[in-house]
Amino acid sequence: MNVPAAWYLVLAAVLFGIGAYGLLTRRSALIMFMCVELMLNAVNLTFVTFARTLSDIGGQASVFFVMVVAAAEVTVGLGIVVAVFRRRHSTSVDELNEMKG
Amino acid sequence: MSLTIPSIHYLALLPVLTIFGAAVVLTVLSALAPRPLRPAASLAVVLAACVAVVVEAAVQWSYVADHGATTTVAHAVVLDGFAVVGTVAVAVALALSALVVYDWGARASVFGAEVPVLALASSAGALLMVQANDLVVVFLGLETLSLGLYVLAGVDRHRSGSSEAALKYFLLGGFASAIFIYGAALVYGATGSTNLSAIAYFLGTNVVLRPGLLYAGGALLLVGFGFKVAAVPFHQWSPDVYQGSPTPVTGMMASIVKVGAFLALVRVLVSALGTQLDTWRPILYALVIATCVVGAVLGLAQRDVKRLLAYSSINQAGFMLLGVWTGSAAGAAGTLFYVLTYAPVVVATFAVVTLAGGVGDTRHSIDGYRGLARRQPWLGGALIVLLLSQLGAPLTVGFYAKYAVLSATLASGGGALALVALLSAAVAAAFYLRWVMVLVAEDAEDDAERVAVPRATGLAILAGVAVALVFGVWPGPVAAWAQHATLLFLP
Repeated sequence: MNVPAAWYLVLAAVLFGIGAYGLLTRRSALIMFMCVELMLNAVNLTFVTFARTLSDIGGQASVFFVMVVAAAEVTVGLGIVVAVFRRRHSTSVDELNEMKG
Repeated sequence: MSLTIPSIHYLALLPVLTIFGAAVVLTVLSALAPRPLRPAASLAVVLAACVAVVVEAAVQWSYVADHGATTTVAHAVVLDGFAVVGTVAVAVALALSALVVYDWGARASVFGAEVPVLALASSAGALLMVQANDLVVVFLGLETLSLGLYVLAGVDRHRSGSSEAALKYFLLGGFASAIFIYGAALVYGATGSTNLSAIAYFLGTNVVLRPGLLYAGGALLLVGFGFKVAAVPFHQWSPDVYQGSPTPVTGMMASIVKVGAFLALVRVLVSALGTQLDTWRPILYALVIATCVVGAVLGLAQRDVKRLLAYSSINQAGFMLLGVWTGSAAGAAGTLFYVLTYAPVVVATFAVVTLAGGVGDTRHSIDGYRGLARRQPWLGGALIVLLLSQLGAPLTVGFYAKYAVLSATLASGGGALALVALLSAAVAAAFYLRWVMVLVAEDAEDDAERVAVPRATGLAILAGVAVALVFGVWPGPVAAWAQHATLLFLP
């Protein structure tokens, strides 16, 4: 069975959209953080699909860079979330209202 | 599909490797040393790395002058005049920030090598951005730059605002990065490459039949950049993050991030998407107007100087975007000159704010500055000069920077745009001048505390003031340098 490339692109766009929507609407820092990861994985799917349709290895190579960056983001992000949690015992961004603007 | 190992021209990568190497050396040293590393030792490593980078930039410059611009690592990294000037701008901003961080660390009890190490790593990201010739390399530089700054924003554990700023910066920064790389993926799909030169070549030799993919990708790239440089309407994070972060770190955000992001933006738009000028210019037109006007108008209402400077930096970003909007060599040179001179000035401004903010970064109300220039003429006078430079007063370098981008805009037929930008600068002048009036006010209480000026921070402030005044009176050489650098821009 041959699935058209466009389907993958649409799937990736939908995943990206879900990630962006979640980031903008959810209030838990951890969920928002997962949404960012979802967006990055949607990008990976897009890169791989285009690499396949273009018969070009560049897109597949890009995926590795995105993965490494996503891993680095996880490290830093979880560290920050833990630091905030220790101070406030909550990861809800609604309680981060010390600064108004 | 085939993969060949690219050849590497190490001279091009030397500044990035030096700064990264310094970060690694400092990490290892602090891990192996029997006693905690003295802050002075960390400062010495950072300053040595900055000096080395400036020397390497001089060597690079003479190489470019002799051999012309080249690319290396499979055309992913470029060595041209534009990159060399950007490298110098980043090195200067890093050196001045390191001086401020040194004194701040002693005062805020943030010891250890982590702040200098992260500052070095972030700067290496910015250096990578200014010479990136591939969207993926831009992304890598952007992330290296941002990941360090996310941590730096939260490094002051004695204050809850700091970790709050870190989380906000991280979530919105991650969002922006994801949008940026999705844009890169779509552009890749439309043009078959992430390499900027290859994209330019493809667009120059092909007619894009279904440009939707390309336009969507380009728009997402712009949104990603917009977040990073805090262009309106992607600026909401910036006042909160500026206010919450430790003040020296805020100075780094306002200088190093702007240098890296704007020079990468120029390269992406002018170098790769230059053929699509008519498509992206109207978008930038709207961005410039929104950024200039919102930055200036919202700045008027601020009583907290760090928030005020955040809106000021949004307004300045509008002017830098103006140079990009022109899409011309003169505009690119204007933006280059702008970021090159704005970086030391804004670092020095935040250095004064660091000192005046006191222990715990608490006294940032504008009223706290009442009469400062009368009590301490040197410190207050320095702040006045730095503010006037950001305002764009004649005889300061800010005047010439604004003049350069505005004249490039007029030459590209953007009279109305230049007028709006100029009016926004006039509105912004109101809040800069209000601050200056507070500084020279006579009705201050006499028992106000004197602000101590440690030597290293004093040196950084002096350097910023010197840039503002010396190049304000005598902008010729630097302007000529920026213009010359742009002529060597990779076609």
